[in-house]
Amino acid sequence: MGLIRYIGKKAVIYLATFFVAVTLNWAIPRFMPGNPIGILLSRFATLPESAEVMYSYFTQAFGLDKPLYEQYINFWRALLNGDLGVSIYLYPQKVRDIVLEALPYDIVLIVPAVIVSWIVGNWLGALASTNRRLDNILMPIFYFLTASPYFWMAIVLAWVFTVTIPIFPPSGAYSPGISPSLSLSFIVDFLKHWILPFLSLLLVMLGGWAIGMRNMIIYELESNYSRYMEALGAPNRLILRYAFRNAMLPQITGLALQIGLAVAGAITTEIVFSYPGLGYLMLQAIQNQDYFLMQGAFLVIVIMVLISNFVIDIVYAIVDPRVRYTYTGETG
Amino acid sequence: MMLDRIMERHRETLILLRRNRKIKAGASILAVILAIAVIGPYTTEYGPLEYTGAIGEPPSSRHPLGTNTFGYDLYSQVVYGLRSSILIGLLGGILATAIGVLIGFISGYFGGIIDELLMMLTNIFLVIPTLALLIIIAAYIEHRGILIESVIIGLTSWPWTARAVRANTLSLRNREFVYLARMSGMPTRSIILREIAPNMLSYIIMVFILQFGGAILYAVSLDFIGLGPTKGISLGVILQQAVLWNAVQLGMWWWAIPPGLLIALLLTSLYVINTGLDEVLNPRLRRQG
Amino acid sequence: MELLRVEDLHVYYLTLRGYVRAVDGVTFTLTKGEVLGIAGESGSGKSTLVNYIILPKPPMVRVKGRIYYKGLELTGLAREELGKIRYKGISIIPQYAMDSLSPTKKVKRIILDLARGRSREDLIEKARERLKLVNLSERVLDMYPIELSGGMKQRVVMVISTLLDPDVLIADEITSALDVTTQRAVLEMIRDFKETGIIKSVIFVTHDIAALYQIADRIMVMYAGKLVEIGDADGVVGNPKHPYTRALIESLPRIGVRYKVKRLKGIPGSPPSLLNPPRGCRFSPRCSEALEKCRFEEPPETLVDGRRVYCWLYSR
Repeated sequence: MGLIRYIGKKAVIYLATFFVAVTLNWAIPRFMPGNPIGILLSRFATLPESAEVMYSYFTQAFGLDKPLYEQYINFWRALLNGDLGVSIYLYPQKVRDIVLEALPYDIVLIVPAVIVSWIVGNWLGALASTNRRLDNILMPIFYFLTASPYFWMAIVLAWVFTVTIPIFPPSGAYSPGISPSLSLSFIVDFLKHWILPFLSLLLVMLGGWAIGMRNMIIYELESNYSRYMEALGAPNRLILRYAFRNAMLPQITGLALQIGLAVAGAITTEIVFSYPGLGYLMLQAIQNQDYFLMQGAFLVIVIMVLISNFVIDIVYAIVDPRVRYTYTGETG
Repeated sequence: MMLDRIMERHRETLILLRRNRKIKAGASILAVILAIAVIGPYTTEYGPLEYTGAIGEPPSSRHPLGTNTFGYDLYSQVVYGLRSSILIGLLGGILATAIGVLIGFISGYFGGIIDELLMMLTNIFLVIPTLALLIIIAAYIEHRGILIESVIIGLTSWPWTARAVRANTLSLRNREFVYLARMSGMPTRSIILREIAPNMLSYIIMVFILQFGGAILYAVSLDFIGLGPTKGISLGVILQQAVLWNAVQLGMWWWAIPPGLLIALLLTSLYVINTGLDEVLNPRLRRQG
Repeated sequence: MELLRVEDLHVYYLTLRGYVRAVDGVTFTLTKGEVLGIAGESGSGKSTLVNYIILPKPPMVRVKGRIYYKGLELTGLAREELGKIRYKGISIIPQYAMDSLSPTKKVKRIILDLARGRSREDLIEKARERLKLVNLSERVLDMYPIELSGGMKQRVVMVISTLLDPDVLIADEITSALDVTTQRAVLEMIRDFKETGIIKSVIFVTHDIAALYQIADRIMVMYAGKLVEIGDADGVVGNPKHPYTRALIESLPRIGVRYKVKRLKGIPGSPPSLLNPPRGCRFSPRCSEALEKCRFEEPPETLVDGRRVYCWLYSR
């Protein structure tokens, strides 16, 4: 009961977010100071068959002669039909197809990086919280890791592992000579390309998780239930186990916020390694002033972030009993 | 008597602030980096975008950080770039903090429907990935300068602050002294100015430190993608060009490593100072023994 | 039979500004079957005293004195050794009963974890019986602490703290946050628990001397880290000797709705700073009957009507 209400409430927020994101996507080119629409239009003039393009998507989505509200409705209509427009840079491919092709690369990069960094970071943080000497050694490292820009971490890794000790390839998702298949040689080749961007994301995120976990555990160990357990002679291990459980819960909520940051990290990391995900795609779009492609990528990123947040919320609601009871109306 | 107690409390906080190892270490690093940003440009004879005649040279006494493919002196680029990155961080950080504090405070203090609406807005902007949003905004601006970059960063990175400040306000609002003030018929404005603001100040400083760091990170990321200032130099721009021109693959590590290292150290010092402040102001985080 | 003996105990807090002398030379014993009440204003050191007995840890520092439990010296014992005595030997119902249970563990889990090493069935069976004694359904065992109301939590903590039939139960300000009816119910439960032999003895700490009178066999009054008077409850309340005790009792409202003394209206001034306590008798700056030497010399222990009193008025 409480669970359903909780999930319902979250779903409303995410739907509202989607609505706002789409609206921003529509409004930014129209209302920014300067003449963004002019920039956009001028790009189309250079295309072959420009008249046809103008007719098919442009008039529908932009319909500049129509009143604003109609433009807005048409924009939604096109979007709900899965129409994100046509790429200029990769003309005549559809933006939707290009973006969907890039998306899997982000997923294989971000999802494992977030999960592994969460597990390892929390574990290291818990370790630091209980061991004074380890704490003093590890904490400065964690702070440095979390303070590093993702792309700089990527540059450092590239320098070390593709130049100084050249054991990994510097760019791409797989070697140019191989075509994707499920063969062992392709998988190995793919992993070799994948490992460095993955590590860049992993290392930076790891620091943040470890710091959060360490502080949360220390906080929980100072709490009244820890004192009570200690007063009743509970061994350290048991108290720590309780503290760990309660410290872990905020870290799950933290995952939701981290997804957005991980996406930002992935965008810049992919640029360093020319890894063909959405980030690299966005760079291409920016460099070629391909605005439809850029905005399509933005929308897909937002949708992915919303879906992952929703999944995290559901997991959290299942793990933390408090959610179920605070959302039934009676508070404890 | 009352005044004595308050003085006592603050004296203790001040002693703790000065004794805190994290604050000391963080502030020392920060001071050095700030000094580089302020004094650095006076210690070099080259402009950041001035051809020196030396192309792709490793660090030497003439060029402490070497030169790049275009013959620019990297030391000059870094000291000037640091200056503009810090400037963007300050402006963006101040703006984001101001918006976040304002929204969070109004939401927490007045509650009701205002609170609901503002928090809905906050939660929405909290979920939209900031960098992605920044990218589509920046891409439509033809001439980008430091000011515009910091404004758009400030306008997009306030949400977490609003949420945190709201929680802080709520807890302050329900404290005894505010309740007493309200019971005694003190006007809202005076309650806010005299009772709440002083108690929130330390918290706001901590928020600003994080926003300052965050704004620098967003700025270098935007610069790195090629959406930074259209003219001029910044740490992110140096890194963008380094990657664009394959500095690392060509063995010119001095082009790509030092600017990022400087950013990482600057951010580390900010985070460490923030944690130190947190330990002093939030005694539960202090380690015993 | 003597269960607990505290000898000349000095426990200070180490702060940046120096030592806060929270407990400064306290001696008393607790025998089997007895309820000892400790009364005093906040800042009198009563809470520090009992918390040090069960959980000595920084920033509390023992400067002097010893604690014995059944003849075994606790002071200076290793943490693990102390851990064995806690709960079964000495147990506590803490002041912060409302949040002394981890919110994310079921009550049953907490009980099994705390009383580990004993048969699961026995423990659960015992917990069921005890819950019945405090008028709670056994369904509580399968609930999370957040599902319980404040009063329920307090009773659950009471059951958990006494589950192993402790020799000494410390009850630290457990009635302070309650209304009169609930307060009485809690006092009755403690008395029942003692009479049925579930607990062998109780140290009941409160600033509410009226509550103490209902439950305690002996009462000990503390002021500014010092013991001022200790003796049988009827005597202390009916015929107080020390001027402070007298003021404390006079400040009570006459048989009224609620006996709650937060600040003593009858006594001018406020308790001294324990960072720099006054010389001589610590109560002397506020005492209307203070003699000249009260301000310079500490009063010695004097036996008056079988009671220990620390006051120059009785010492010739």
